[in-house]
Amino acid sequence: MRDALEQIKNTAIEKLEACGDLKALDELKVKYLGKKGELTAILKQMGKLSPEERPVIGQLANEVRAKIEEEVSRRIAQLKEKQLAAQLAAEKIDVTMPGKKFDIGKKHPLTIVMDEIKEIFLGMGFDVVSGPEVELDYYNFEALNLPKDHPARDTQDTFYITENTLLRTQTSPVQIRTMEKRKPPIRIISPGRVYRSDALDATHSPVFHQIEGLVVDKGVTMSDLKGTLEMFIKGLYGEDSKIRFRPHHFPFTEPSAEIDVMCFNCHGEGCRLCKGEGWIEVLGAGMVHPKVLLNCGIDPEEYSGFAFGVGLERVVMRRFGIDDIRMFFENDMRFLEQF
Amino acid sequence: MNLSMKWLSDYVDIDVNPREYAEALTMSGSKVEGYEIEGSEISNVVVGKVLSIEKHPDADKLVVCQVDVGKEAPVQIVTGATNVVVGALVPVCLDGALLPGGKKIKKGKLRGMVSEGMLCSLSELGLTVNDFPYAIEDGIFLIEEDCRIGQDIQSAIGLNDTSVEFEITSNRPDCLSVIGLARETAATYDVPLKLHTPVVKGSGDGDDIKNYLKVAVEAADLCPRYTAKIVKDVKIGPSPLWMRERLRASGVRPINNLVDITNYVMLEYGQPMHAFDLRYVAGREIVVRRAKNGETMMTLDGIDRTFTDDMLIISDAEKPVAVAGVMGGEYSGIMDDTTTVVFESANFMGSSVRKTAKKLGMRTDASARYEKGISALSTMECVERACELVEMLGAGTVVDGVIDVDHSDKEPGRVKLEVEWINRFLGIDLTREEMVKTLTSLGFTMDGDMILVPYYRIDIEHKADIAEEIARIYGYNNIPTTAPTGTARGVVTPRQKFERSINETMLSLGCYEIMTYSFISPKYYDNILLPADSELRNSVTITNPLGEDTSIMRTTTIPSMMEIVSRNYNNRNPYLWAYEIGMEYRPAEGQELPDENPMLTIGLYGNGADFYTLKGMTEMLFDRIGVEDLDIVPCSDNPTFHPGRCAVLSKDGKPVGILGEISPRVCQNYDVGTKVYVAKLSVDVLYELADSEKSYCPLPKYPATSRDLSLICDDELPIIQIEKAIKGAVGKILERVELFDVYKGAQVEKDKKSVSYSIVMRSDQGTLTDEEADGAVKRVLKALDKIGVTLRQ
Repeated sequence: MRDALEQIKNTAIEKLEACGDLKALDELKVKYLGKKGELTAILKQMGKLSPEERPVIGQLANEVRAKIEEEVSRRIAQLKEKQLAAQLAAEKIDVTMPGKKFDIGKKHPLTIVMDEIKEIFLGMGFDVVSGPEVELDYYNFEALNLPKDHPARDTQDTFYITENTLLRTQTSPVQIRTMEKRKPPIRIISPGRVYRSDALDATHSPVFHQIEGLVVDKGVTMSDLKGTLEMFIKGLYGEDSKIRFRPHHFPFTEPSAEIDVMCFNCHGEGCRLCKGEGWIEVLGAGMVHPKVLLNCGIDPEEYSGFAFGVGLERVVMRRFGIDDIRMFFENDMRFLEQF
Repeated sequence: MNLSMKWLSDYVDIDVNPREYAEALTMSGSKVEGYEIEGSEISNVVVGKVLSIEKHPDADKLVVCQVDVGKEAPVQIVTGATNVVVGALVPVCLDGALLPGGKKIKKGKLRGMVSEGMLCSLSELGLTVNDFPYAIEDGIFLIEEDCRIGQDIQSAIGLNDTSVEFEITSNRPDCLSVIGLARETAATYDVPLKLHTPVVKGSGDGDDIKNYLKVAVEAADLCPRYTAKIVKDVKIGPSPLWMRERLRASGVRPINNLVDITNYVMLEYGQPMHAFDLRYVAGREIVVRRAKNGETMMTLDGIDRTFTDDMLIISDAEKPVAVAGVMGGEYSGIMDDTTTVVFESANFMGSSVRKTAKKLGMRTDASARYEKGISALSTMECVERACELVEMLGAGTVVDGVIDVDHSDKEPGRVKLEVEWINRFLGIDLTREEMVKTLTSLGFTMDGDMILVPYYRIDIEHKADIAEEIARIYGYNNIPTTAPTGTARGVVTPRQKFERSINETMLSLGCYEIMTYSFISPKYYDNILLPADSELRNSVTITNPLGEDTSIMRTTTIPSMMEIVSRNYNNRNPYLWAYEIGMEYRPAEGQELPDENPMLTIGLYGNGADFYTLKGMTEMLFDRIGVEDLDIVPCSDNPTFHPGRCAVLSKDGKPVGILGEISPRVCQNYDVGTKVYVAKLSVDVLYELADSEKSYCPLPKYPATSRDLSLICDDELPIIQIEKAIKGAVGKILERVELFDVYKGAQVEKDKKSVSYSIVMRSDQGTLTDEEADGAVKRVLKALDKIGVTLRQ
């Protein structure tokens, strides 16, 4: 019996080794290890053995079974691996072929930057407020310290609807409306469309966008204005932006300033982009004129504030290198796809 | 305002290069736009003296000159000019000379004769006969200035000034003058300002202005002060080089001594002046009055002007002779034979000048100054200065006496100096002394705690104005930067979040965001076939539009979308999927301002878009923003849309919007040869309907059961009715009902269609039995039978 067992073991291993596919392997497994298999057949003869021999042969038989089982598992794993390798080889594709297209729309470039600006100000505690585009002369001009005959009105060529209504030339009327409604502390930005009767060309559009801001509280100072705008400009143009505050005049602020950023192109040397000045004007700002606060029922002895405004189109044109403002409103797909 | 640096040096001593000067003045509040160094384009051109002129041996039209240019030997120059004479001083371009426009002159040979340079004309130096009235236009510039041989041409003829161009803000008319800018310069550099008081000798012959002129100011409200002087024995001629130089550097063309004097004084003081020829002042009487309606006069520019009764004019005893503060009349101006002159130095109300100039469509250096506001205090000094210059130039005899009709208020403005407030307001820490020093340098004076505002600073009335004066001289960039104190939280409102989610959804559905103009042409309503009696044709109208195309505010966004569709189609873009949230502007009864309604407009063509693409998009959007169960009704009477492919959406009778295929007739109007799909939805109404509250519903415990039904019905029957019937019949256990096939054709009767549904049912009480599911199907079939829908056999 010992010999028979040895023989079964050896032939089984031999055959398993030679076997080429999983199905044949399964058959071999049944042949040797199954209920009607060769090993079982031999074990059935155990009864004929002497009591001394029985445990010895029994142990041997178990060893043989274990060995065959191990071989079977090993071969199965081996063959499966081989099969998988073949499959993987067969499944090879050209990964350089283009991927499937999904249609996802894109934001308008003006919105991309507008959203960025809103985010920056939201982070600084500003609310976003809007107001009407067809506006009363009072809110657009008079309440902002620009009475009817004020010469500064000439610099904002206005579209009029009637004597008293017009298309707003700035988003500042939203500030007046807000101050009329809310008590300080006020911290808002008012983004939106504004209108000026500039003929359409590569750098002028009769419709464009502004973002204006307003802060009113007790003890607001000009150094707060500087700090806030510096934070904004660094948020928009990067931490290493260089800024200067230059005196200017707006009827609704006093003192007034224009804020320049050092030209990104020439770093202050003067080039075509900055028209040789080395600086690019990006913002107008100032301390809210006491008369404007009074017009809104806010006591300028108790409160002070600052306001600022930035034109969106020029910022976006510089950001993306767009040289024609008309592209924004032509909405050609070949343009829109680029952002 | 162009400032001559030579002129400036009469008033302040500074030694800086133009670039530094521009930077410093810009940062103290007078923005410099640029500067031009005169003669900087010229080099190696010197004054030469013509020693001899000989005929060119081989050319009839050329001469050979020997010219002394201050070197050991004269240079030989060949020229074709005919006005050169021996002994004349001429500009000589030496070998390698540069002229304006980048022209380079080299030594060469002309018909065999060596020419070591070139003699040049005024225009070759970038000048005109206005700059040198004694010279001729076509020919060599024969210099009559006091200069020496070999001298650089720039210094010899005064072409070495620097002109600085300032952009003066509307609140600082005082800076539209040399003295105003000199004061700013003095304050900026902390150097003294050297002011000059005009001194007039006068005729001293017993003659008096009363013998010449009477002045009556009838409209004192528009003319607070009118000051006049008379100059007799006038000799009209060119003004001296220094004056012409300064005018040129200031951008003003020299004309003759008298006119140049009025311009010179205006540039120096900012006070416009006018000169009348007394011969043409009828009745020797000047009346300052409002014009009569329809009165006419030809202005100096040769244009006939008609006046209205709100315009202020200067008239003589009979007729207008000038538009006050704007321009003089053609026939009363200075001429070559003028002998007696009236100098006018007057103060007119800015708003009146502004209105008149605007109405007449003219804007002059004078009106630009008046309209910003000028103090009445400067008229006397300016007329004196003009007379001083007359005497200095020997241009005439100043008659003694002055006429000064003065109704002006001379009380200076007073503002209290509040040192602490200013420091707090600006966020700085200056002493009272430092503030007073700054204010004094700008011409303010102190009366105890009160600041007295100098007369020329019409812009100062509040302590905030004083703060600005302190801040700009201190330097804005020296003010520290701080963050505002107090906490604040930026809040995004629910409405803003709602619009954000519309935007996000539209982008994820494959639509590109666009932006269109809010104004359109009334013709655009015709393009979309809007009925002639539609109330949408009642638009907000711009009274002064740029053109018809942008003359009204749109009451519908559809034409704007169609413009973009058309542009893309005609630019051969294969597809456009676009959306915009944009306003519609609708006039509202009893309101001064129109209603502004934000609309979501979607436009599609190409890329497989059809009606159901558009509808699917809106359904996805409604799902995303939480809008449910809108009523959808076919619409066949909106001429903008295809009558069989359009639907209106509403909820409980409230209109939400419209969607459909654009009528081919409309597409034709836009030159679009493909099918276009447009939806327009009211953002406000969607916001009202939206329910953004989401709550968790436990995942189902029991399996679902589904039944598929193939049905036959009339082709005309709207699908929505079948769905409604199924929903009603299945009841609570219905999870969803899905249409998976619609078939029309050979396999079904004519005018019929086959529709196939999958009905998915589930109970949260237990697994549904076959009986329960089949029972539901039975109920469905019974309900469908009532609307003529049967099971397909």
